[in-house]
Amino acid sequence: MMDRRNFLRGAALGAGTLVIAPRMVFANVETARRFVFIIQRGAADGLDTVIPYGDPALAGLRGPLTIDPGDMNKLDGLFALHPSLERLAGFYRDKQSLFVQAVASPYRERSHFDGQNMLESGGLRPYERPDGWLNRLSSLLPKSQEEAIAFSPTIPLALRGAAPVTSYAPSSLPEAPDDLLTRVSALYNADSELHALWSMAMENRGLADAASAKQDPASVGTTAAEFLSRPNGPRIAMIETAGWDTHATQKQRLANQLHGLDQMIGALRDGLGDVWKDTTVLVATEFGRTAAANGTGGTDHGTASAAMLVGGAVQGGQVIADWPGLATGNLYEGRDLAPTLDLDALIAMVAAESLELDREKTMRALFPGRPFNHKITGLVGA
Amino acid sequence: MSTPSDGRHAFIAMNRFGLGARLGDESPEDAKGWLLEQFETYEAKPAAMTDLPSSAEIFVAYREDGAEIRDLPEVKRARVRQELRKRGQKLYEAEIGARTLSALTGQAPFVEHLVHFWANHFAVSADEPLTKALAGSFEREAIRPHVLGRFEDMLFAVETHPAMLLYLNQNRSIGPNSIRAKRAAGRASRKPGINENLAREILELHTLGVRTGYSQTDVTQFAFAMTGWTVAGHDGSDEAKAGVFEFRSQFHEPGARTILGKTYAQEGVDQAEAVLSDAARSKATATHVVTKLARHFVTDEPPTSLVKRLQSAFLESQGDLPTVYRALLNAPEAWEAKAAKFKTPWEWSISALRALGSTTTMARTAKQLGQPVWRPQSPAGYDDIAASWAAPDALVRRVEVAERLARKADPTLDAREVARALIGPSLSETTAIELARADSPAMAIALLLVSPEFQRR
Repeated sequence: MMDRRNFLRGAALGAGTLVIAPRMVFANVETARRFVFIIQRGAADGLDTVIPYGDPALAGLRGPLTIDPGDMNKLDGLFALHPSLERLAGFYRDKQSLFVQAVASPYRERSHFDGQNMLESGGLRPYERPDGWLNRLSSLLPKSQEEAIAFSPTIPLALRGAAPVTSYAPSSLPEAPDDLLTRVSALYNADSELHALWSMAMENRGLADAASAKQDPASVGTTAAEFLSRPNGPRIAMIETAGWDTHATQKQRLANQLHGLDQMIGALRDGLGDVWKDTTVLVATEFGRTAAANGTGGTDHGTASAAMLVGGAVQGGQVIADWPGLATGNLYEGRDLAPTLDLDALIAMVAAESLELDREKTMRALFPGRPFNHKITGLVGA
Repeated sequence: MSTPSDGRHAFIAMNRFGLGARLGDESPEDAKGWLLEQFETYEAKPAAMTDLPSSAEIFVAYREDGAEIRDLPEVKRARVRQELRKRGQKLYEAEIGARTLSALTGQAPFVEHLVHFWANHFAVSADEPLTKALAGSFEREAIRPHVLGRFEDMLFAVETHPAMLLYLNQNRSIGPNSIRAKRAAGRASRKPGINENLAREILELHTLGVRTGYSQTDVTQFAFAMTGWTVAGHDGSDEAKAGVFEFRSQFHEPGARTILGKTYAQEGVDQAEAVLSDAARSKATATHVVTKLARHFVTDEPPTSLVKRLQSAFLESQGDLPTVYRALLNAPEAWEAKAAKFKTPWEWSISALRALGSTTTMARTAKQLGQPVWRPQSPAGYDDIAASWAAPDALVRRVEVAERLARKADPTLDAREVARALIGPSLSETTAIELARADSPAMAIALLLVSPEFQRR
C-alpha cells in the first residue's frame, strides 16, 4: 500500500510548500479544522481564573487570596481574568477567546483521580470506560490525516482507545542512530503491541526537528504548533498541564501556573500562523476548588470551575455563565461554587463545531447517556 | 558468567519480583526460597545511605537558609537563592544515587522492589524545594524500616513524617475553635482554618481507597481530628525538636468527631491516631492495598482469586506485610509464564543497569524517560498499568537511553550470552536472530535492552 502520509511528509520537508492531497471519499467529512484539548490536572481554581469580581460575596470568601480588581483584566461588569492571563485577555478583546464559568463534569465527589477519570473517559461513573472521549472524537474524523497526538511521552486517558493515536515530547537525549532504529523495527515485528507503538513513533520522527528540546510551557506550545500547522498533520491534539492543586500559597503558585498556560497558548497561536483561524483550544479541569480560602493560604477540593475557549473561529468576547452566585445559601454543599453548566455538553458542542461534525452525533459518541444542551451551541463559528 | 538452570521460575523470581537478573549472578535453584531468604538479608539502612542527613537535619538547614536569605539585602537574595536551590538539587540527586546503588548492589532486590512499591503508594512529590530535599529521607525513614513490618506501623511513620505533613499541607491546619484560632480572632489577616488535603488523601489513597463509602463530612471530620499534627519548629514551637513530628494542642479542634459512623471522643493526638488505626485494619484498606500489590507484581487487572487470597492474608495477620508477600509468592497466578507487566521507566532502567553490571546513577535519565524519581506530581503516585507507560515516544526514549548505556558497557560482553543469562528460556527466536545480526557488540546490547522480553517482566 502506498504510504500517502510519508509521501506528503517528504514533500513538506523538501519544498516547504504543500499541495493538499486530492480530496478522497470518506465516510466522514474532511476538515481543515484543528481541535486542541488542554487539561489542567489537579483541580484548577476557576474563581481565581475567571474572577467574579462583581459578586459581593467574593472578597469575604477569598480573604488573603483576594486580588486587587485594578490588576485584573476586566471582561464585563461581573467577570475579570486573572492578571497573569495577558495573552488570553488580548484574544478576548479580539473576540478570539471566551470563558465559561460555573461548569462541571457529572462528577460530584472530590477525588482528583476519579474526577480526571470521568472528565477524560466521558463515563457516567469513574473507571466505567477504558477509553477516552478525545479518542472517540478522533474516530469521527476521516482517516486521511495523521493520528491524534498527545504532546507528552505517554498517552493520557482522554486519547486512549480504539482509534490509533500517537505521542511526542521533545527530549534532550541524544538521538539514536538510524541503523539502530531500523533494527528495533525488526525486533518488534512479531510483537503486536510494541510494533504498533513503534510504527507511530517512527512516523513522528524528524517532524519536529526545528522544535527546541525545551519543555517549558511556551516551547510546548511552539512544538504543538509545528505539528498542527502542517496541512495533513494531526487534527486533534492534547496537552497535559499539572500543578493546579493549590492547597497552600495559592496566590503565587496560581499566578505562575496561569502565566505558563498563557504563554503556552500564546506560543501556539504565534506558531500556527494562518492555521489559527481553523483552530480551537479548549482548556478544562476535573473540578474546582472551595469558594472560601482554607487555613493555609489556599483552597481545598471543590465542584464547579471555569473552562476556556480560544481560537480563530471562536465566537469570542463573551463569558458564558448561568451565574449561581457566591452567597452562602447558593454554594454547593455550603462550600463550593455550584455547577450550572455541564462540562461534557460544552466539550461535545465545542468539539463538534470546531471540527464541523454533527452536534448530536458527537454528543452521543463522546458522552453517551448524557444530556445535550442547546443553550451552549454556536460558540465556535463555521 | 553464570550458567543458569533452565527453570523458568528462577527468571520470574529475578525479573518479575526482583529488580532484574544481574550480570554475573547465579540464577537461584529454589526461586521462591531465594525471594523469601531476602527477608533476612535486607538492610533497612544500607551503607550507601549512612552518610545522608536525617529529615530533621534537612528541615533545620532549610529553615536556616530561609532566615539567611531574609537577612540579606534584596540585591544579593537571588544569587543566594540560586545557590541554595543547587544545593537542594545536589541532595536530591545524592538521594537518588543512594537509592539506585541499593537497587543495583543490594542483596535483597525483591525487598528493594517492595520499598519502591510502597514509596509510590505513599507518594510525596518533589515539586517544591523542601519536599524535593525531603523526598529521599521520607523513603529512608518512613518506608525502609517498615517494609517487612506491619502496615499500620508504616502508615503511622508516613503520616507523621515531615515530608508528608508538609507535602499535603497538614502542618498549618488549624481548628477554627482551637486555642490558636481564638487567640488570633480579630487580629490575624488570615483566618486560621483547616486544610483537608492530608485527611482526604489518607482515606482515598493511603488506606480505604476511593468510593468505599466515606463522605465529604467524614473527610472534614477527620481533618478536624488531624488538626495539631505538624512539624516542630515550623512556627516558633519546640526548637529542640525542630524538624520532627509534633502534636500542637493549640491547633487542635476540641470535641468528639464522628467518622464513618464511629465516634472518637479521644483528646488530642490520640483522636486521629485511633482513626488511623481503624483505617489501617479495615477490610476496605486490605482490598485496596493488596489489589495494588497484585497489580504491581502480577498483572494490570489482577484476578479476583489472587486478590481474595492476599486480602485474607492481610486481614488474618492484621496487616503483617511479610505474611502478605508470602501469600503472593504462594499464589499460582504470580508465576504465570507470560510476562504481563510492562516495566515502568524506573524498573526498566534499573534492570538495564543490573544487566550490564553498571553502577551509574540516573537522576536525569529517569526524568527523560518520563518518570522522575519521587516526582509523580500527584499524591496518587505513578500509575502502574501498561497503558500509562507503553507509548510511541516513550519507546523512542528507551532506545536512546539503551544506545547510550550500550556504548558505555564492557565491549567484551556478548549480547547473545547475556540474553541467555538474563532472560533464559523465554528469549524469543526473533530477538535471538536480531541479536546475532547486529553489526557491533554495542548494537547487540542496545537491542537486547529494548527487546520485547526485556521491556516486560
